[in-house]
Amino acid sequence: MLVQFLFYAFSAVLIASALGVITLRNPVHSALCLVVSFFTSAALWLLIEAEFLAIVLVLVYVGAVMVLFLFVVMMLDINVEEVRKGFTRHAWLGWLTVCAIVFEIMGVVFARGLGIDATQAAKPLPADYSNTGAIGQVMYTQYVYPFELAAVLLLVAIVAAITLTMRKRKGLKVQDIGAQVATRAEDRLRVLKMKAEDRK
Amino acid sequence: MQQISTLWNALPDFVHSLAFILAVTIVLLVSVALLTLWERKLIGWMQVRRGPNRVAIFGLLPGIGQPFADVVKLLLKEVVIPAQSNKVLFRIAPAIALIPAFATWAVVPLAPNLSIANVDAGLLYVLSLTSVGVYGVIIAGWASNSKYAFLGAMRSAAQIVAYEIAMGFALVGVLMAAGSLNLGKIVEAQQGLFGWNWTWLFPLFVVYFISGVAETNRAPFDVAEGESEIVAGFHVEYSGIAFALFFLAEYANMILVAALTAVFFWGGWLSPLDGFLAPDNALFQVPVLGLLLGNGLHWLAAKIFFFLCVFLWLRATFPRYRYDQIMRLGWKVLIPVTIVWIAVEGLMVYFKIGPWSA
Repeated sequence: MLVQFLFYAFSAVLIASALGVITLRNPVHSALCLVVSFFTSAALWLLIEAEFLAIVLVLVYVGAVMVLFLFVVMMLDINVEEVRKGFTRHAWLGWLTVCAIVFEIMGVVFARGLGIDATQAAKPLPADYSNTGAIGQVMYTQYVYPFELAAVLLLVAIVAAITLTMRKRKGLKVQDIGAQVATRAEDRLRVLKMKAEDRK
Repeated sequence: MQQISTLWNALPDFVHSLAFILAVTIVLLVSVALLTLWERKLIGWMQVRRGPNRVAIFGLLPGIGQPFADVVKLLLKEVVIPAQSNKVLFRIAPAIALIPAFATWAVVPLAPNLSIANVDAGLLYVLSLTSVGVYGVIIAGWASNSKYAFLGAMRSAAQIVAYEIAMGFALVGVLMAAGSLNLGKIVEAQQGLFGWNWTWLFPLFVVYFISGVAETNRAPFDVAEGESEIVAGFHVEYSGIAFALFFLAEYANMILVAALTAVFFWGGWLSPLDGFLAPDNALFQVPVLGLLLGNGLHWLAAKIFFFLCVFLWLRATFPRYRYDQIMRLGWKVLIPVTIVWIAVEGLMVYFKIGPWSA
């Protein structure tokens, strides 16, 4: 009963915030709505006892990706008129996507209505079952190669991102901290000895 | 008495948990109030001043009433909402800053087998909630529609994102040592004073604590509110109780980081005598002393108090870092240290050195 109530409450928030992402005029508000929708989908995952995925969703998307997103969106000065110009021209693509998604969801719902086993809700798990442990178990045994490949791919992406920002522009003034630390008083300071001038 | 306890046991489970949560929250709020006083007193003594010494309660303990007088003052002040600000977000931001600081306490083990929630992915929960706290700062800075506030928010966001990585890597070492993400099991895996994680993971402990100081935007990493450059940073437009909520969030976060450092590296509620006295030693049979020497909440509290004093000590002694130096320390010093030590720890585990020899 409580679980059902929570499910509908979270779903309502999720749908409202997802609508907010695409309808709000201000891009920062849209980004914040996206944060809320990530959060509520994490809550929905918690309801189906997938706590590892839920926490990782918050950790990765809310905690890292969306912070950087907001960072950029807040700095940008987006001209809304400019963005909305192509709306009618690209509308058919949007409608096509919507139709495809609606068709797929309806397919799943109808299949469940027909009582096909593959789409039934998962059985409740015993209280001592650890979702986190189970994922670790298969990730490091059965799927160890795909896992390692994904890790290598991410590493390559990191290296690429760093090299993109490492380009040297001409005339760029950068502090060399090693040189700063290594300076001594003699390099910067010259003590002159001179006689006091005679009083006239 | 008998009736009260039977009545209490008859209540449903969620009432018990709610009462527990309420108790933890109230203790935290009072500790935050006392911490602000202790900060001013301790830094005062370090700088050969007296600190607050006017507001006494019943003429005793001069200064002890100061935080409560401050709260009353802040409650009575007007909350000014800037005309050009984003009103809704401006009001929500302090709450968003505050909630994660308290919600994280749900998984902190307070005493043997005692925590609000015994979550298997507790460590991940801690990481994800501490990373949510940054939204309060960003939203406050943006919604204020003020250059100083926005600059403070940008600085703070970049800093928190950078130090979170070092923090996460340091915790990877902890979970390798404990073999579990459950905070209770992480505490139990640490055996004896010199078997606590701080000995074998000493570099990770140092990195974790430094990152914790940076995450809470405390001196010497408090460029987010650097008074000399950007007035007060992200909360420059906040007044009265709205400002007090940010203040509360900062101090609650300090207590949280101190508690997490104690749990991850200093054995949480474990007694330091754990490895030296056998559990059946006669000393533990002495009525009060035995309880004090044994494991329990008081040891966690003592460790938290110690780390809070280190926080204040840092603030009293160090000048503020320059912004690029903060970034350099985070990315080029702390993260490489953690990566190297995780590799070293992996080798120690593989060759069964130290605590992994058994």
